[in-house]
Amino acid sequence: MLAFNFFGATEGGLFDINATLPLMAIQVVALTYILNALFFKPVGNVVEKREKFVSNNILEAKNKLSEVEKLESDLLSQLQSARSEAQRIVSDAENESDKLYKEALELANNEANASKEKARLEIESQTSAAREQLSKQATDLSELIVNRLILEK
Amino acid sequence: MFFNSLLTNFAALEVGQHLYWQIGNIRIHGQVFLTSWILLGALLIFISLGTKKMENDPKGLQNLLEFLWDYIRDLARTQIGEKVYRDWMPFIGTLFLFVFVSNWGGALIPWRLIKLPSGELGAPTADINTTIALALLVSLSYFYAGLSNKGWRYFEYYVHPTPIMLPFKILEDFTKPLSLSFRLFGNILADELVVGVLVFLVPLILPIPVMFLGLFTSAIQALIFATLAAYYIGEAVEEHH
Repeated sequence: MLAFNFFGATEGGLFDINATLPLMAIQVVALTYILNALFFKPVGNVVEKREKFVSNNILEAKNKLSEVEKLESDLLSQLQSARSEAQRIVSDAENESDKLYKEALELANNEANASKEKARLEIESQTSAAREQLSKQATDLSELIVNRLILEK
Repeated sequence: MFFNSLLTNFAALEVGQHLYWQIGNIRIHGQVFLTSWILLGALLIFISLGTKKMENDPKGLQNLLEFLWDYIRDLARTQIGEKVYRDWMPFIGTLFLFVFVSNWGGALIPWRLIKLPSGELGAPTADINTTIALALLVSLSYFYAGLSNKGWRYFEYYVHPTPIMLPFKILEDFTKPLSLSFRLFGNILADELVVGVLVFLVPLILPIPVMFLGLFTSAIQALIFATLAAYYIGEAVEEHH
């Protein structure tokens, strides 16, 4: 008898299904609307607003970061080009000075060679002139000696 | 002999006794509505307090409610899918909150201290009417979700991989609410009975681990109910290709 009652008789029991069911269903549907108005909508608005705010900020930060990276790379390339320009100028100047030095050296060498040559030629001509004069004087002297010897006889 | 005394003990726990209210010529289980009104009142007060002054930097209760909202959204989104989860989130969330509050309220509040003329207060979800009501709402919801999203193409679902599936899919429409309602009802009632019997037999210390287990089961059952409801709705709105 107890066992029969336990599993539900006409009155009472665990499986006593009655108007509680539809009323509970109506209550849950009403609760859905109430919770939607009191909880899901307001909290959702706040959370989604914040999520939007955060994602906007992240996007903005990313844009700024990429801008900064672009500027940095611009700056780097400028620096690079300035550096290579400077290097180019330095090496140009070095080449220029080297060229000038070589030219000056060559000019000086040429001049020195020319004056050396000139001096040599002068010495040679003077030597030959002196030699000539000497031989002429010797000739004159020998003539004189001969003449004197002949005349004294 | 032992079995008989056990049944007498059950009878002493007043299993299957109800506090009947007569409205016109319909009879309802008053204890279910009493506890559900108390618990839902507490839930609504809690939520009103938490959403009274919403700020962009959440503090205190608002934090907890936002966590809850996020949890429910994740649940709805993973089961229903990105496209329509927004429409069903309040329903899934209400199911979760209702079942969770009912289960925990039934387990945590010492209702038996309040004497009723007949029956006793307890978790509203330990009454078969409540769980069948919830399960039928889920059934209606997934039919509505499928029909409103896909129109008559919803019924393609019944013959989806092959027409052989048709009888099984039709059977599923009956087993889904059956399993939903009986799972919840059985778990919560069993927990109440186990705790009740243990308290009756050994009133000290021994029931405490079982009570903790009951809290765990209650939370898990709320999650299972909401997840399955969302899964059924997701299954109904899913597009087959």
